Amino acid sequence: MSKQTKNRPPDRDLAPTIQKLRLRYAKRGRLRFSSHRDFQRALERALRRADIPMAYSAGFNPHPKISYSNSAPTGVASEAEYVEIGVTAMCDPDKVRRELDEALPPGLDIVEVVVAHGSDFAHRLEASLWKAEIVAPRGEVESAVAAVLASPEITVERLTKAGKRSFDARAGIIQFTLIDGETGAQTDQNADGCVILHMVVRHITPSVRPDDVLAALKQVGGLVPQKPVRVTRLAQGPLALLDEVNYTVGDPFDLDRVSA
Amino acid sequence: MTSQALDHRLRGESVFSELEMLLPFVGKPIQYVGGELNAVTKEWNDADVHWALMYPDAYEVGAPNQGVQILYEVLNEQNRVLAERTYAVWPDLETLMRENGVPQFTVDAHRSVGDFDLLGLSFSTELGYTNMLTALDLAGIPLHADQRDEHPIVIAGGHAAFNPEPISQFIDAAVLGDGEEAVLLITEIVRTWILAGRPGGREGVLLELAKTGCIYVPRFYDVEYLADGRIQRVVPNRPDVPWRITKFTLMDLDAWPYPKAPLVPLAETVHERMSVEIFRGCTRGCRFCQAGMITRPVRERSITGIADMVENGLCKTGFEEVGLLSLSSADHSEIADVARNLADRYEKTQTSLSLPSTRVDAFNVDLANELSRNGRRSGLTFAPEGGSERIRRVINKLVSEEDLIRTVTTAYSAGWRNVKLYFMCGLPTETDEDVLQIATMAREVIRAGRIASGRRDIKCTVSIGGFVPKPHTPFQWAAQLDHESTDSRLRKLKEAIRDDREFGKAIGIRYHDGKPGIVEGLLSRGDRRVGNVIESAWRNGARFDGWSEHFSYDRWMESAEHGLDGTGVDVDWFTIREREYTEVLPWNHLDSGLDAEWLWEDWQDALSEVAVDDCRWTPCFDCGVCDQLDTEIQVGPTGVVDLPMPMPRQSQVLISEVSHADGINETASQ
Ligand code: B12
Ligand code: SF4
Repeated sequence: MSKQTKNRPPDRDLAPTIQKLRLRYAKRGRLRFSSHRDFQRALERALRRADIPMAYSAGFNPHPKISYSNSAPTGVASEAEYVEIGVTAMCDPDKVRRELDEALPPGLDIVEVVVAHGSDFAHRLEASLWKAEIVAPRGEVESAVAAVLASPEITVERLTKAGKRSFDARAGIIQFTLIDGETGAQTDQNADGCVILHMVVRHITPSVRPDDVLAALKQVGGLVPQKPVRVTRLAQGPLALLDEVNYTVGDPFDLDRVSA
Repeated sequence: MTSQALDHRLRGESVFSELEMLLPFVGKPIQYVGGELNAVTKEWNDADVHWALMYPDAYEVGAPNQGVQILYEVLNEQNRVLAERTYAVWPDLETLMRENGVPQFTVDAHRSVGDFDLLGLSFSTELGYTNMLTALDLAGIPLHADQRDEHPIVIAGGHAAFNPEPISQFIDAAVLGDGEEAVLLITEIVRTWILAGRPGGREGVLLELAKTGCIYVPRFYDVEYLADGRIQRVVPNRPDVPWRITKFTLMDLDAWPYPKAPLVPLAETVHERMSVEIFRGCTRGCRFCQAGMITRPVRERSITGIADMVENGLCKTGFEEVGLLSLSSADHSEIADVARNLADRYEKTQTSLSLPSTRVDAFNVDLANELSRNGRRSGLTFAPEGGSERIRRVINKLVSEEDLIRTVTTAYSAGWRNVKLYFMCGLPTETDEDVLQIATMAREVIRAGRIASGRRDIKCTVSIGGFVPKPHTPFQWAAQLDHESTDSRLRKLKEAIRDDREFGKAIGIRYHDGKPGIVEGLLSRGDRRVGNVIESAWRNGARFDGWSEHFSYDRWMESAEHGLDGTGVDVDWFTIREREYTEVLPWNHLDSGLDAEWLWEDWQDALSEVAVDDCRWTPCFDCGVCDQLDTEIQVGPTGVVDLPMPMPRQSQVLISEVSHADGINETASQ
C-alpha cells in the first residue's frame, strides 16, 4: 500500500485505549542536544507519520495519550529513555518499533517496544547507569572519585528556573567504576587520554543529575577536565546487587516480558 | 577574522567535533545540530557544485522559511549538486566560535561555509544585512566582494534583493524574483565554469552570469552622482553586460510542487506547521505593499495540486497543522472549494488547517468558520490598514466602515471572541485625525460585537506598524514620516483608547516606536553609499536588527554619520525626503516588470485619493508586468469541485488484518 495516503478511521479519536505499549528509545550523537520538549514534538509527529493508532484524551483540545518517564538532560546522550503510549487497536510491538523508528530522525532511535504489563513502571526506574567520558589524567579521576566516596555529604548548586538551589549530591551516588580497555568517542580525536567512568546514581528527590555528580567531583576532588565531559545514560531500571560490593542497573522491561 | 586553527581541514570536511565542544555552553544548542527529518546530506566529492543557502536570521525564524526549503530541495534533486543550509548564530556562540576558530557552518553536514562554491542568501527583509556580515566574517570570506578570490560566490535573493544596492559591495550577485529556475541556471553556469577549469577566474564566471540579463552583478555597473547627491545614472562598465536586469517569474506552480518533503525541525520554531503555497503574486494593488507589486502576476496552484501537496506533506512530516500560504489566501479563485474539501478530508483527524488571510469581508469569516469546524474560535485577523476612509483610498485598500462592521459582526456572532485589526501609521498624506479614527473604528467594532454576540467579554486588538516606503511601489517617491511624528501620533491614539471609559478595556493596542522604521527605510531605499553605514554599524556590534532586544537606533545613527561622511547626504535625505519623477532611483536599472509611468500615475492617484481595482476581475490597468515579462495571470476555475477522499492507508503496525478481538492470540503465534 502506498505511503502517500493516510488512513484515519473516522472514529479513531473517540476510540478507547485497547493496549498500552512501552517504548525504550535512545538519544544519540548530535541529537543528544535535543531537549525533552524537542523530543516530545518529534515523537508526536512521528506517531502520526507512522500511523500508529493513538488513543486521544477527550475534551476540547484532545492530545495523544503519551506518558514520559524522567528524561535525560539536554546535551546528555542516552541509550535508555522510556515512554508509554496508549493505542486504540492491538499492535505488534516489533512493527511499532520499526515504523516509529523510521518516522523519527536518525539519532532519535526506538530501541525496543513491549506490551505494558503492570502499572508500576515508574517505580521500576530506581537508578541510572551513566557513562562519563572524561578528558583528564587517570590518576586525577581516581583520586577525585575516592574523595567523593569518602565524603558523607556534598552540597552542590544548580541553576533552576526558580533560581539557584543547593542540595546534597552525594546522597544519590551509589557507585563509580573506572572502565579499562573501552575507548570513548572522544579518544578518537584526543589520543592523550579519555577516562571512562561509570556512575550508578539512585533516583531521589531532588534528583541528582550527571552534571551534579561532575560538580561534586570537581568540588571535593578537584577534577577539572580539559574538555566538556560527554555523558551517556546506559541504563535505567531496578537497582540490584551484582555481588557483595557491586551494583547493577537492571532492565525495567523484564517484568513486561515475563508476563507476556 | 577567524583564527587559523582549523585551516588544515580538507575542503568540505565536517567541523562538528570542534563545534560540539562549544555547544554545552550556548543557549538552545539543538538549533545548531541539524538532523531534521527530511534533511539531505551528500558526499562532498559526489558534487560538482556546492551551494550553501542562508536565511540570515536565527534558526527558529529561518528554518521554516519556504523559499530556502524550496531551493534546498530543487538543488539537492539535481545530480552532482549539493545544497546545505546555514543560519545566523546567536552572539553567545559567535563569541565562542571566534575564540576557538570555528567557522560559520552548515547545519546539514557541518561544513565550513567558506568551502562552498556558492553562498545564496535569502532576504525577506533588509534587517538581515548585518547578520550576513557576521556570517561572511565567521566563514573567513572577505566582506568586500572585490577582495574575494577562491571564496564562494555570494548571491542575494528574496524580496529585499529588489534593491540590493545598499549591500552591493558585499555581494557578488543578486537575483530578482522566483528562485527555482534561477538557481538551476546559476548552477549550470557555475558547473560549466568549474569543469572547464575556471576560465577567467572569478570575474569570468560573474561575467557569464551577468550576460544572462537576469542576474545582477553590481561590480559591472558604475553609479554616477550629481553634485546635489542624487544619482545621475547607472551604467554598465562592460560592453556585453545589459543595461537592465529582469526578474524571474515561475509560471506553472503545479509543475513545481515544492517543498515535496518539508523539513521537520527538532528545535521549536516560529512556525510549528507545514505550509503549502496556494498561489504567488497579488494584484489587489495596495500601494504600500512591495510584495504585491514585485510578485505580479497572480499564479495559482490548482485545487488538486494543493490537495496533493497537503496530503503528501502530512505523510512525510507528521505535522498537525497545515497553513495555506500566499499573500492573500482568501483571494484564490477556488478557495471556497479548497477549504471545504480539505475540511471534509481532515475533519475526523487531529489535523487542523489555517489560512492566513486578512481580507475584510464576510467571505473571509465563512472560510475561517469552515476551517475551524470543530476547533476553537479564538482570534480572527483583518487588515483595514488605514484608520479613515480617506486614507484607505490613498493606499488603495477599499474597505468601508460598514464593510468592516458587517464583517466583524458576522465573526462575533459565529463565536469568535477576539478580532485583531492591522493598521499602519505614517502613510503618505496622513494626519493625526486619520490615525485617531482607528480608535473610533475599534470602538464601533466592540459596540457591534457586543450586540451581535450578546456578551461583554469580547475583545478587539489593534496592531499598528510603521509605514516604510519601499522600492518598486507607487510610494517609492514618498517621504517617510519622521520618528518623532510617528511616536506622537501613536501616543495620541493610545490616549484616546485609554480614555475611553465604555470600550477602552475591551481594546488592546500593540505598536512599536518609530525609530526602527527609519533604519529600515534607510536600508530599503538606500543606494550604494549606505553600504558603509551597514558595515560600520556591524563593526559597532549591530546583529539581529529585527529583534528589538538587539536593535540599537543610536548605534545606527552614529554609524550613519560616520559611514555617510563626505557624501553630502544623510539619513533624512534617504528617508523623510520626497522624490521627484525625474530622479534616478537606485533600483531603476532593476526591472520588476512594473512600468515606471504606471507607478508614477498610481502615486499621483494616491495623492488625489483615487482608488484602482484588482486586475484579476476588472480590466487590465497596464501596470506593465504582463507585457514586459511576457507573463499572464493564471487563475482558475479549473472545474474541479469535489476531490476524492485520499486512499485509506493500512496501518503497518496492527497485529493482523482480522478483527481486534483475535489480536491477542495472533501475538502469541507470531
Ligand atoms: C511566513 C511569513 C513570515 C513568517 C515566517 C518567516 C520565514 N522565515 O519564513 C514570520 C511570521 C516569522 C514572518 C516574519 C516577518 N515577515 Co514575513 N512573511 C511570511 C510570508 C507570509 C510567507 C513567506 C514565504 O514563505 N513565501 C513563499 C516563498 C516561496 O517565497 P520567498 O521566501 O520570497 O522565496 C522565493 C524567492 O524570493 C526566491 N528567493 C528567496 N531567497 C532566495 C535566495 C537566492 C539565492 C535566490 C537565487 C532566490 C531566492 O526564491 C524563492 C522561491 O521562488 C510572506 C508573504 C509571502 N507570501 O511571501 C511574508 C513577508 C515575506 N514577510 C514580510 C515581513 C515584513 C516580515 C517581518 C519583517 C514582519 C515584522 N515587521 O516583524 C518579519 C521578519 C522576519 C525575519 N526576520 O525574517 C513581508 C516582506 C516585506 C516586503 N519585502 O515587502 C512579506 C512579503 C509580507 C508582506 N506582504 O508584507 N514572516
Ligand atoms: S492584499 Fe494588498 S497588502 Fe496584501 S499582498 Fe495584496 S497588495 Fe499586498
